[in-house]
Amino acid sequence: MNVNTSLVIPIALSMLAVRWLRQLLNLPTRLPQINRLLDWIWVPGVALLALSVGWDSSLLDEVYQLFVFGVVLYVLVRCQDYRPARTLVLALAPFVAYSLIELLVAAFGKSLLKSYDEVFETSQGFTIIWLVSFVLIARNQKKHLERELAEREKEAAEKRRIEAENSQLERMVAERTATLTQQTQELQHALDELKTTQDQLIQSEKMASLGELTAGIAHEIQNPLNFVTNFSDVSAELVQELLEEQQRPERDPDLEAELLSDLRQNLEKIHHHGQRAASIVRGMLEHSRQSTGERQPTDVNNLADEYLRLAYHGLRAKNKAFNATITTFFDPAVGSIDAVSQDLGRVLLNLFTNAFYAVQKRQEADGAGYVPTVSVTTHRNRAGEVEIRVKDNGTGIPADVQQKIFQPFFTTKPTGEGTGLGLSLSYDIVTKGHGGTLEVESTAGVGTEFIITLPA
Amino acid sequence: MKILVVDDEPDVRTLFEQRFRREIRSGQFSFSFAYSGEEALEYLHAHPSEVVLILSDINMPGMSGLELLRHIRAEYPAPPPPQVMMITAYGDQDSHDQALRLGADDFLTKPVDFVALKAKLAAMEPHEN
Repeated sequence: MNVNTSLVIPIALSMLAVRWLRQLLNLPTRLPQINRLLDWIWVPGVALLALSVGWDSSLLDEVYQLFVFGVVLYVLVRCQDYRPARTLVLALAPFVAYSLIELLVAAFGKSLLKSYDEVFETSQGFTIIWLVSFVLIARNQKKHLERELAEREKEAAEKRRIEAENSQLERMVAERTATLTQQTQELQHALDELKTTQDQLIQSEKMASLGELTAGIAHEIQNPLNFVTNFSDVSAELVQELLEEQQRPERDPDLEAELLSDLRQNLEKIHHHGQRAASIVRGMLEHSRQSTGERQPTDVNNLADEYLRLAYHGLRAKNKAFNATITTFFDPAVGSIDAVSQDLGRVLLNLFTNAFYAVQKRQEADGAGYVPTVSVTTHRNRAGEVEIRVKDNGTGIPADVQQKIFQPFFTTKPTGEGTGLGLSLSYDIVTKGHGGTLEVESTAGVGTEFIITLPA
Repeated sequence: MKILVVDDEPDVRTLFEQRFRREIRSGQFSFSFAYSGEEALEYLHAHPSEVVLILSDINMPGMSGLELLRHIRAEYPAPPPPQVMMITAYGDQDSHDQALRLGADDFLTKPVDFVALKAKLAAMEPHEN
């Protein structure tokens, strides 16, 4: 059997070309349908081979070759968006044109071929060089595009990574913000609770100092009440005596005048002691009431005297054996100053209570021979400032403790005896509430002096 | 009978003078007043063995009534020692016991019951005679 072997090589080459084309143009993804059809590129070749059995046709391979070129060009045109494909069209065009002309010349004008043999040879060489060059260019373009694509993909991946990181960061920021907001709210809540507690503590400190006062107040009220009772009783006796006197045949006008004068005096005494008790009750109520913070003209000497008595009797009611010498030096020039009287009263009460506590402690330690002494001195200095000095000869305050006494909750008293708020509240009342100063001078074992200075 | 009343409240004087006005008028009692323990001692020093009875408040600034009682018992042991009655607003057992231990003859609580006081003073008079 005479097999036209000249077709076998083009068929094999066409399949190789198809493989190479697939790889270069990424046909499976770019044109999947055509890619599948390309598997059958050999079929027309084999068909031509079958037809040519026993038929001499040296041109068959040329025909098949052109068919393959046509297919390739068709594929390339379909892929014209892809730059290497366009380059390949350019690469193939002269070669295909040459092949077509060669075929036509071979078929219809063998003479022409002969006369222009040299030209054809040269052209063929040129087209082949052209083809190879442009194929190489196309390959480079593909590589270049692939590199670009890879870079773009890398950039995209990087961008995605950054975006992912950004969103991650944003999420973290959001989480953190939420946590912080929650913490802020919790802190705000805690702060509110603390403020409430502080108010309650201030109120309970007030009540505690009132409790210390109860016995003193009772004593201070009992005394005037005793006078009221006694003077009423004795007045009743006087009235009885006066009536009896009036019944006598010989009346004694001098005695009657004396009895009437005594009666008037007694009524004044009753009034005076009644007022005294009332003022103590008023003071007690003022002390327990929430401070209005309003400043009113306040007689400093009166205020100091009143609270000194309350503090003294308060302590003595608790400790019956306790006795102290109290000296007062009230400067009449002090007069009245604008002050929140119940607040200033609390400061004085606190200082007096502390002073009595200190002398009592020293008395317990030193025993006989020690004379507990507490003195209060008021003074208006040249600048018009009012000074109130509360001095005791008690245990004194060691230097290291002196720095802490105005701190809240600092106390040297045993648990349950002091809140540790007295002096810190006093300090606030004097400094913040009245724009004054509260200072301490003390020597351990000698005594302590607190000095309140209030601006004019 | 001479009585010294010791109390830091000045109105005590008016009260006693009115309560005992008949006794004062008739010369049965004569009253002197001191407003502190120190003042009472001064008075006693200035008027030795005149005062028969001392009525003293316990709670006074400075020298307390109990301290005064101690002084009196130490300084005037000679017979007849002055009678001392303590008066206090706090009718507690401690002060009562302490006063009696220091040699007080009696113990009164405020407000003073003048009817009872008068009866006690009347009962004391025969002792003097």
